[in-house]
Amino acid sequence: MVTTYAVVRGTELSTPSRVASILNRNVSALRSGPSYWLVLFSGFFEPVLYLLSIGVGVGALIGNIEIGDKALGYAAFVAPAMLAVSAMSGALAETTFNFFFKFKYVKTYDGMLATPLKPTDIAIGELGWAMLRGSLYTGCFLIVMIAMNLTTPFWALAAFPATMLVGLAFGAVGMAISTMIRGWQDFDLVFTGQFAMFLFSGTFSPVQNYPLAVEILIGLTPLYHAVELVRGLATGVLGWGMLVNVAYLALMTVAGLMVASRRMAKMLLA
Amino acid sequence: MTQEPLIYARDLVKKFGDFTAVNGIDLEVAPGEAFGFLGPNGAGKSSTMRMIGCVSTPTSGELRILGMDPVRDGSRIRGRLGVCPQLDNLDPDLTVFENLTTYARYFGIPRSEGRRRAAELLEFVQLTEKADGKVEPLSGGMKRRLTIARAMVNEPDLVLLDEPTTGLDPQARHLLWERLFRLKQAGTTLVLTTHYMDEAEQLCDRLVVMDGGKIVAEGSPRHLIDTYSTKEVVELRFGSDTPASYVDKLEGIGDRLDPLPDRLLLYSADGEGAVSEVHRRGYTPSSVLVRRSTLEDVFLILTGRTLVD
Repeated sequence: MVTTYAVVRGTELSTPSRVASILNRNVSALRSGPSYWLVLFSGFFEPVLYLLSIGVGVGALIGNIEIGDKALGYAAFVAPAMLAVSAMSGALAETTFNFFFKFKYVKTYDGMLATPLKPTDIAIGELGWAMLRGSLYTGCFLIVMIAMNLTTPFWALAAFPATMLVGLAFGAVGMAISTMIRGWQDFDLVFTGQFAMFLFSGTFSPVQNYPLAVEILIGLTPLYHAVELVRGLATGVLGWGMLVNVAYLALMTVAGLMVASRRMAKMLLA
Repeated sequence: MTQEPLIYARDLVKKFGDFTAVNGIDLEVAPGEAFGFLGPNGAGKSSTMRMIGCVSTPTSGELRILGMDPVRDGSRIRGRLGVCPQLDNLDPDLTVFENLTTYARYFGIPRSEGRRRAAELLEFVQLTEKADGKVEPLSGGMKRRLTIARAMVNEPDLVLLDEPTTGLDPQARHLLWERLFRLKQAGTTLVLTTHYMDEAEQLCDRLVVMDGGKIVAEGSPRHLIDTYSTKEVVELRFGSDTPASYVDKLEGIGDRLDPLPDRLLLYSADGEGAVSEVHRRGYTPSSVLVRRSTLEDVFLILTGRTLVD
């Protein structure tokens, strides 16, 4: 056991290399079994199925929808919303179920915190991973959209970074919520909230169709901002309001990360 | 030459709300020592270990680990510690080998070096043939060995083991002790908690007995036995009579009497002499066992027999 190693000791690791070690862990987990791939696979198909059934199917009964000065086919209206939803649900799946399981049951983070890693490193690493998962979905979904002529390659490239921001925002807030969740039953509440947002955030119909009070209420919820931003970019209808959307999502990211790492420190480093 | 202690604590306190888990302890652990915390459940051993492991902040008092301040330099200190927690937290999503290599990455150890150490450590804990399997099918003893291998992946200056053999069968315990003994011989500083006396006697050069958040005794196993117990213990059984009813009758023999539900313990420097005296007084126990005092006797004398679970 007495051997000499060339590794420099006692120096503090940089934050990027600590975060990278967490991503490395998740890549190893991905490689080591088919179960994770199955989960990934099913997560991609859900929004595609909605696009086909409602966007194309129901869309055949509906006329064009006006966005700015553009008239969009219904499928082209719904597709960017489904794109935003895949970014959201991809990241959320990672920072709710998977995070909670590692946090409370298999104590993965207790093990990590016995090393130089800090709660913030773990939060950033896991969020980065969640965003990558969401981006895998949105990347594939954008290809589907291009193939179905619902966007152009140029606007798809513009929308892609926006979906990454959406993943970060929802992933961060989901992680913060996961640190507060008491048991699996609490997830039902989260999923109900997620589903309500999925239905009403301007996903299937313009929010202007609702009474003003409802419209204002929807304007406060996060998926609305995600859909507005992603739809604007995917359809090439730009507006200053998108800066508000970006600010809203960036704020979610920062606040979610801060709450999540503080709660982790409080619970795991008591 | 006196080396700086790896662990230095003065009046260390840890409170959780109104509950005081650790109530003002002083500690010093020197490099190369095998140091043990002995005590019943709830004595404050694990809370102390977590503070030493820099995953719990002291409420008050002074604590220095490897000469550094755990609050300010926690990350840096943890980089030089090896921790084997009470409950295994191995990564179920990874293989046995990957559990070590990914853990090595958390310490910033380069990939190739991590792989080399993982192979070497699996050899050391005799798990080489399990390298590519998942963690879940492993037995309790194997998981514990893997956790110890994981704790060694950064070549720590100080290894913390919280109840390393609790819940393992005798074979697994002995194998683990043998591995830990080898680490000790190689000069690794070990700090462990246990409520097994045989474990403390086997592994520790020096130990403290904790009870109710305080250190109630300190010394080598031998020293503690000499100080707190007598050289020998006589175990007397009296058939169906309650041992407690003999306390008055045997008063004055040996240093003290301790009636248990099934037998009477008689602490004496001279066991045979004490047995003769029992017979001389006209009592004939149904069984007599004279044995040397153990750490268990010390433990029970110091921490009492009340169950604290």
